[in-house]
Amino acid sequence: MNPTQLAAQADELAKHAADLAALAHQMVAGAAPVAEAVQPFVFLFAIFLMACFVGYYVVWNVTPALHSPLMSVTNAISSVIVVGAMLATGLALSGWAVGFGVVAVTLASVNIFGGFVITQRMLQMFKKK
Amino acid sequence: MSASLTSLAYLVAAILFIQALRGLSNPETSRRGNALGVAGMVIAVAATLAHSGMSLTGYLLIVLGILIGGSIGTFIALRIKMTALPQLVAAFHSLVGLAAVFVGAAALNAPEAFNIGTAGHVHTQSLVEMSVGLAIGAITFTGSIIAFAKLQALMKGTPISFPYQRLLNGVLGIVLLLLIITFVVTGNQAVFWIVAVLSFALGVLIIIPIGGADMPVVISFLNSLSGWAACGIGFTIQNLALIITGALVGASGAILSYIMCTAMNRSIIHVLLGGFGAESGAGPAGGAAQGDRSVRSGNADDAAFILKNASKVIIVPGYGMAVAQAQHALREMADTLKKEGVEVKYAIHPVAGRMPGHMNVLLAEANVPYEDVFELEQINNEFGTADVAYVIGANDVTNPAAKTDPSSPIYGMPILDVEKARTVLFVKRSMATGYSGVENELFYRPNTMMLFGDAKKMTEAIVKALNG
Repeated sequence: MNPTQLAAQADELAKHAADLAALAHQMVAGAAPVAEAVQPFVFLFAIFLMACFVGYYVVWNVTPALHSPLMSVTNAISSVIVVGAMLATGLALSGWAVGFGVVAVTLASVNIFGGFVITQRMLQMFKKK
Repeated sequence: MSASLTSLAYLVAAILFIQALRGLSNPETSRRGNALGVAGMVIAVAATLAHSGMSLTGYLLIVLGILIGGSIGTFIALRIKMTALPQLVAAFHSLVGLAAVFVGAAALNAPEAFNIGTAGHVHTQSLVEMSVGLAIGAITFTGSIIAFAKLQALMKGTPISFPYQRLLNGVLGIVLLLLIITFVVTGNQAVFWIVAVLSFALGVLIIIPIGGADMPVVISFLNSLSGWAACGIGFTIQNLALIITGALVGASGAILSYIMCTAMNRSIIHVLLGGFGAESGAGPAGGAAQGDRSVRSGNADDAAFILKNASKVIIVPGYGMAVAQAQHALREMADTLKKEGVEVKYAIHPVAGRMPGHMNVLLAEANVPYEDVFELEQINNEFGTADVAYVIGANDVTNPAAKTDPSSPIYGMPILDVEKARTVLFVKRSMATGYSGVENELFYRPNTMMLFGDAKKMTEAIVKALNG
C-alpha cells in the first residue's frame, strides 16, 4: 500500500471514529435525563411506606394479652432516636447542638433501659406455669 | 466505619426490632423477641459510636448521658408496681417526644453533622421534616404528661372542658401551621422554639378534655404519635433505623387505638374531642323507673355458697380490680374453687383497665396461667353455660343497654354477656354508675347479687368463707 492510500484510509477511519463519537455523544445526551439521580428522599420514603406495611401486619399478629408489653417495647425501640442525639453530641460542631444532644441522649437512655427492663419484667410473668 | 456499612448496621437493627414485635405473637416467643430488640439497640448504638469524626469529649458526654439516663430508667422499671404501669408508659412516651424536640434542635444547630446543609442554610426539605418531628414530638411530650398526671391521680381524671375549647384548639392548630410555614421559609431558631412552645400548649389542650376511662385510647394514640415524631426526625437526619422504627411504632399505636375505639364503638375523633362521661348520662326516664326497683345484695358467705356449688365460673375483672389490687386475692379464690373441681376462666374486655392489655398483665403478675385468660370474642358465648359470672370492678363493659337501648351513650359497644350466666355476682363499692354515667340495669335483675365492698377485701372474705 502506498502512503497516499494509507493516509486516505486513516482519514476515513478518523472520520468514522468522529461519527461514532458524535453518535455516542448524542445517545448520552438522550439518556442523561433518564439516568438523573433520584432524590434520596424518595428511597427513604419508599422504605418508610414498606415499614408501615410491615408494622401493620406484625402488630395485628400480636396477641391481645401482650398489648401492654407491646406498648413498652415500642417505647424502648422508638428511643433509637438516641443515634441522632449521639451524632449531634459526638461530632461537636456547635455548642448548642452538643447541649441539646446530651440532653436527648440522657432522655432516650431512660427510655431504652426502662422500656426493655419493664417489658422483660412483664414477659417473665407470662411464663407457662 | 464507612457510611454504607453504618447504614447496613442500622438496617440490621431495624430488622431485629421487627423481630422483637413479631415475638409478641405468643408469650413463649416474646422473651426471645425482647432480647432481639435489645441486640438491635446495641448494634444501632455501636454503629453510631463507630462514626468517623467523633470527638473524645463527645464520647465522654455520650457515655455520661447513657449512664445517667440508663440508671434512672433501669431503677424506675425495676421498682415500679405493675398497677402503676399505665402512668409509667405515659411518662416514657413523653420522653420520646421531648427527645425528638431536642434532636430536632440539635440538627438545626449543627446541620453539617447530618449532611442537611450548613448552619443558617438548612435545606428546605429537611426543615419541613424537622418541623413535623418537632411539632408531633412536642405534642407527644405535654400530652403524655397530662395523661401521666391523670393516671397518677395528680390531676382529676374527669374531663376538663371550658367554653370555645374546640374553637381555641382549631385556631391554635391553624396558627401552628402558619408558624411552621414561616419556619420552613426562614429556618429561624426563634421560630423553631415558638413552634415548640405552641405545640406544647396544644398537647395539653388536646388531652385535658379526655376522661379517665378513655385512657386506653389516649395512651395508644400518644404511642402512635411518638412513633411519627421519631419518623419525622428520622427523615430529617436521614437515618434508616429511625425511619423504620418510627413507622413500626406509629403503625402499632394506630392499630391499638383502632382496637380500643372499636371496643367502645366510638371513633378516634369522638374520643379526642373528649367530654365523654361529663354528659348527664342516661335518660331521665330510665333512671326514674329503676329508682323503684329492688336490688338483691349479699355477703361473702352467700357468694361463697353460690361459687362452691357452681361447676363453671367466669371472672370478669375491670379497673376496680386494679385500683383495689385484688388480683392476688382473686387468684387465691380461683385456686380454691379449682381444688373443689370448679372450672374457672377469666374474661377480658379490650378496654378493661387503663391501657391495652392492662388486666392481662395484672393477672399474670398474680400467677394466673395465661391459658385461663380469654378475650371477649373467645369466651363471650360461654357465659350461657356458666353458673356464675364474678364481675369484679367492671361495669360498663357488662351493661346490656349497649345492645338494647339505642339512646344510650354506650349503645353499640361490644359487651361481655355476663347476663347469660345463671348467677351474676357484682363486686362493687356502691350503686354508682360507671365511667359512661349510664345506669346498669343488670344490678336490678333477679339473677344478680350485689356484693358491696372493696374488691380485695370482699374477695379475701369469700376465700375465707370457702375454706372455712
